[in-house]
Amino acid sequence: MIVEIGHYALVLALALSVIQTVLPFWGARARDASLMGIGPVAAVGAFVCVAIAFGALTWAYVTSDFTVRNVVENSHSLKPLLFRITGLWGNHEGSMLLWVLVVALFGALLAVARSMAPGVLRADALAVQGLISVAFLTFIISVSNPFARLVAPPAEGQDLNPILQDIGLAIHPPLLYIGYVGFSLVFAFAAAALIGGRIDAIWARAVRPWCLIAWVFLTLGIAMGSYWAYYELGWGGFWFWDPVENASFMPWLSGTALLHSILVMEKRDALKVWTILLAILTFSLSLLGAFLVRSGVLTSVHAFATDPGRGLFILAILVFFIGGGFALFAWRAPLLKTGGLFAPISREGALVVNNLLLATACATVFIGTLYPLALEGLTGDKISVGPPFYDATFVPLAMALLLLIPFGQALAWKRGDLAGAVSRLLFVMGVSIVACLAIVFIQRGGPVLAVIGLWLGIFVFVGGVNEILSRSWKRGAPLSVVLRRAAGLPRSAWGAAVAHAGVGVCVIGLAAQAWSIETLGSARPGQPLTVGPYDVVLTDSFSRQVANYREDVARFHVLQGGVIIRTVDASKRFFPARNTSTTEAGISTIGFGQVYVALGDAGEHGLGVRLYWKPWVLLIWIGALIAAIGGALSFSDRRLRVGAPTRGRRKEPAGKEAVAIATVAAQ
Amino acid sequence: MTRKKRRLLLIGSAVAVLGVALGLVLFAMRDTIVFFYGPTELAQKNIQPGARLRIGGLVKEGSVERLASQQVRFAITDSTSDVRVSYAGLLPDLFREGQGVVAEGVLQPDHTFVADKVLAKHDERYMPREVADALKKQGVWQGEEKAGAARP
Repeated sequence: MIVEIGHYALVLALALSVIQTVLPFWGARARDASLMGIGPVAAVGAFVCVAIAFGALTWAYVTSDFTVRNVVENSHSLKPLLFRITGLWGNHEGSMLLWVLVVALFGALLAVARSMAPGVLRADALAVQGLISVAFLTFIISVSNPFARLVAPPAEGQDLNPILQDIGLAIHPPLLYIGYVGFSLVFAFAAAALIGGRIDAIWARAVRPWCLIAWVFLTLGIAMGSYWAYYELGWGGFWFWDPVENASFMPWLSGTALLHSILVMEKRDALKVWTILLAILTFSLSLLGAFLVRSGVLTSVHAFATDPGRGLFILAILVFFIGGGFALFAWRAPLLKTGGLFAPISREGALVVNNLLLATACATVFIGTLYPLALEGLTGDKISVGPPFYDATFVPLAMALLLLIPFGQALAWKRGDLAGAVSRLLFVMGVSIVACLAIVFIQRGGPVLAVIGLWLGIFVFVGGVNEILSRSWKRGAPLSVVLRRAAGLPRSAWGAAVAHAGVGVCVIGLAAQAWSIETLGSARPGQPLTVGPYDVVLTDSFSRQVANYREDVARFHVLQGGVIIRTVDASKRFFPARNTSTTEAGISTIGFGQVYVALGDAGEHGLGVRLYWKPWVLLIWIGALIAAIGGALSFSDRRLRVGAPTRGRRKEPAGKEAVAIATVAAQ
Repeated sequence: MTRKKRRLLLIGSAVAVLGVALGLVLFAMRDTIVFFYGPTELAQKNIQPGARLRIGGLVKEGSVERLASQQVRFAITDSTSDVRVSYAGLLPDLFREGQGVVAEGVLQPDHTFVADKVLAKHDERYMPREVADALKKQGVWQGEEKAGAARP
């Protein structure tokens, strides 16, 4: 019964989304406020309906209702509760439902959030967001129904792919989807601006918070996915330049560019057409990611053709929104009044370079991801484009970008002073060079590229710190004054400085992996193996039965100079429901570094093990987390909240909003 | 600086960055791309030793030899031709005789293959795509197997 309610709610959500699309759009054309007013109600209603559907499917999973095919294929009654719930989005149908839930969530948020966007723009944006819901709901209901029942239900489910039975599945997809889909709202605003034929700083201010939310979640989602792959796959790698990873990285790159170009638009009323293009591009790349992952085209170019129902449907959605977006752009963009040009040496000039480099870097990832597919489709030749390709193309562009971050930060808006910026950065350069040389000296050298990378990371990090210091510290000022000044800086200034410092930390962690050490060996009890500064010795091995799998555990001691400092368990798990085994790496954190123990096969020479010492590896993800915190700080900036009371005039929020609207009306 | 000059500067720098990127991509395409062959294709195409390749097929029954210090030797077959492979390191969980694998490495002058990477996915139903295609070519493919769930 509950399952049928879920299915029914999904159909109802489709109807409401159609209303959300048609009525506000019509109302905006007819300048009819009551028609436009239906949009938000429909959006909230659609969200509630999708949430009910999602809840119903969750219920089916929690209670192990094996009359539902989706549950049979992906669940097992012995599975722990958490993995029964997360198993919902560990498969095609469920993850599409999660996707639609997030689309509807953003529609509802736009409907209820106080926004500084003028009424018509908001109505149009809501209509476009509704259209996206309509497309994906139609897809789910017609070819990807998660509520399909089985006529002859089995007694037990087929269990979830063991590799997905991990806390990572609980966190990674929701974060990633909020990021991906968050850009749909930015796309909706861009389309609305094109339909309305007007775009200005108000638009930029209305869109930036949404863009920030999407960016923060996408950053966290990618970082989480990378850490998950690192500890679960047992290869000690954290980024494989695999098409699925690239699918999430491309929207991140173009979304980062968008975040910066919106800033130029907000402050200087320039780069308008480019910003709109980026907004369309970012969501297009999100859709492309969904297509690549969900259509099966990656598993086989030919498998795609054998399952036309789903693959072609997603391709149609992709073509409709990307094609529609660009067609609208080609048709309406010439109508937009372009903003002024500006001096090359200025903050906005630096942001243009930032955009240029990010967009180009994104293009190289795009080529590396799609070229093999295109080549195989055209000639049948099979190639793999791996890390060496990206090392030769993406990495140099990223390095140029990193080098420029502190300079861009140090330049003023409108007319920057390059000599002044350089002289202000001398301190930063000095500190970073000294720190880098000290590290290299302690490590007794290292690869040149890694040393450069390390320096760049430190340079960007110190540059971020300096951004706050230089604006709050004055010679001879007491500490309390400095702190007060630092606290008084706008949140967006803090946000930018923290985010850039986070990027620096992440790059330091990436560069430090050049010093990681790998040892292969056979472990026998009592015979230590050396990995970097540590010795690892097998002390114990035993088996145990846990929930839905059996586990063979090998226990190791990590020794430093003969003293035991850590105990770490590595294991092999066997899942009878799928007749599959997985390897769980043993990871022991020492400072920011980790000792990583992966098990191989037991042979006559002992238990095969692969050991890694990965110095500072945690900085990669800590850096991403810091960057995301920077984004969140920027989001909390009071200037982004319309009608938010300014300091000292707390009593008149309504007045300011009225002024803002009057300004828009007057234009 | 005049408007025209500024615009020129902007377009010029965009062209310069794109040009550099294009150069990098073309350069990388020549050197870093790895072709995939099945054992039969490898025998037919007369590939120069020293080239970096991926080869895929099934691990031949009874061919796996485990030597000391994690050295492994095995043969990859498509039931028409075999390639001898040697590899040092841990094999993936689902490396078994009769299972599909992809090995990446360098072809030696004596037509053996020294792999530095061996891939077999974690799901027993999963067959690496290239392997499935190579086997289909040789007519030894047995049924359409469903690919395992990828990471979402």
